[in-house]
Amino acid sequence: MEDILLLETIERYLSGNMLPEEKAYFEQLRKNTPEIDQMVVEHKLFLQQMEHFSEHKNLKESLHAAHNNLVDKGVVYEGGEISTKGLVIQIWDRYKRVTAIAASIAGITALVISGLVSYFTPAANSTQLQQLNRTISQVVKNQQDIGAKLEEVKSNIPKDVEFTTSGSAFLIDGKGYLVTNAHVLKGSGAVVVNSKGKEFNARIINVDNESDIAILKIQDDEYKPVSSLPYSIKQSNIDLGEELFTLGYPREQIVYNMGYLSSETGYNGDTASCQISLSANPGNSGGPVFNKNGEIIGILSTRQTSAEGVVFAIKSKGIYKLVDELKESDTAVQKIKMPATSAIRKKTRVEQIKEVADCVFLVKAYAQK
Amino acid sequence: MKAEINEQILLRGLVNNDSKAIETIYKENYNMVQAFILNNSGTYDDARDIFQEAMITLYEKAKSESFVLTCQIKTYIYSVCRRLWLKRLQQLGRYVSAGENLEETVSVEEDLEIHEKRNAEFAIMERAMGSLGEPCKSLLDAYYIQKKGMTEIATEFGYTNADNAKNQKYKCLMRLKKLFFAQYNIGE
Repeated sequence: MEDILLLETIERYLSGNMLPEEKAYFEQLRKNTPEIDQMVVEHKLFLQQMEHFSEHKNLKESLHAAHNNLVDKGVVYEGGEISTKGLVIQIWDRYKRVTAIAASIAGITALVISGLVSYFTPAANSTQLQQLNRTISQVVKNQQDIGAKLEEVKSNIPKDVEFTTSGSAFLIDGKGYLVTNAHVLKGSGAVVVNSKGKEFNARIINVDNESDIAILKIQDDEYKPVSSLPYSIKQSNIDLGEELFTLGYPREQIVYNMGYLSSETGYNGDTASCQISLSANPGNSGGPVFNKNGEIIGILSTRQTSAEGVVFAIKSKGIYKLVDELKESDTAVQKIKMPATSAIRKKTRVEQIKEVADCVFLVKAYAQK
Repeated sequence: MKAEINEQILLRGLVNNDSKAIETIYKENYNMVQAFILNNSGTYDDARDIFQEAMITLYEKAKSESFVLTCQIKTYIYSVCRRLWLKRLQQLGRYVSAGENLEETVSVEEDLEIHEKRNAEFAIMERAMGSLGEPCKSLLDAYYIQKKGMTEIATEFGYTNADNAKNQKYKCLMRLKKLFFAQYNIGE
């Protein structure tokens, strides 16, 4: 009880609520009693601490109030709803560097994969393969070389045209139907030249870029239909190592080459074509590939640029497939009757070539200027 | 000149716990601090903590008799927040390069030392109050913090008269004092 009384007195003294007489008395008491003096000092310090505490607490409350008030007003933005969106932004802020690294790794991986995919995708036009059609500069040059025939050329081809490409073609029907590669026919029309240098106008009937096969029809009064073709077009598969030969026009004159079947599939395992080992040059595109019985087994189309003597031919089944497809829609094609038996089976190679050469043509595609 | 006077008015408002002044200082400086904290791997909550610490530091400085603010409020708050945040990052074992914008800050080390001492005292008092138990805690809170009159407290707490309440208050105060000084003297 005494302590409480004392405390009350000290507090009154410290807050200055004492009457002057009482104050004087109390100060005298302080001087005389060290314990009371000590208590006064201690209590003064304590009250100061209490005061600080109270100030801090009140200030903190005001600050919280101000903060919440400003968040409500939208002056202070804490990511909308503090709990959810704020968290996402926080995570983003914290991990954006990691995210950036991960994203770039993903990007590089994607690029590498797409690069690999495009590298290994079978594509007839990939840079690894070279289409064996000749460009016009070569054609023009060769035409100048054989100046004597130039007039004849002029007489038969339409005026105001520009040759774009050239290649080889062969008859699949004596009435004048020819097969060549689609990539040879880069233009609006074509003329064909036979092995004797005689030139005929031809109409492009169909170009199938997917299979890279095109069909032409000779439309020229000077053309004399052949009653029966010496060779046949094979529908069945051929065997590895089978001896093959080809005729084509890498130059203005017909050129013979021979080789063998080195793979039943083409570039990157393409089953529509096969791989042949023989030497071929630009201009051979669209030329026929024969086996030793004089049966056409394919159309020479491309060669691999990175390897010597690796040539690809579209299997002759593709011709049947295309013709059958076209027969359903195109009446002009319905007349095509492809030779089924070879008449040059037992003959020597030289005799075979002599008979076949008349049916292999040089194709020159042109475009209107 | 006018801006300077405005700042003086604001600081006086802060010392007097004037909500309008506090809100004005808050509004003008908070977003800057928040951006700084967020850019230096902090969260919204960190920003709020650090900014309020800085406000309290400013309050303490403004309240002291020898107070002279030698720079703008903005600069002062930024400097304090920057110092506090870098310190906290270091405590967490992370280090952020302190090179940027150093020229825009003022030295606040001394102020922060005082502030830290005050913070420690505050924590001791808070703990002492916390372990006091009811109704002592509420009674002392009402008298010393909310600064209510003894008669008002008596009616609120249900004492028959102010003297009884006063008696009880002194009993509580003595207990609190004991708790406080037990901690405080260790701290010293």
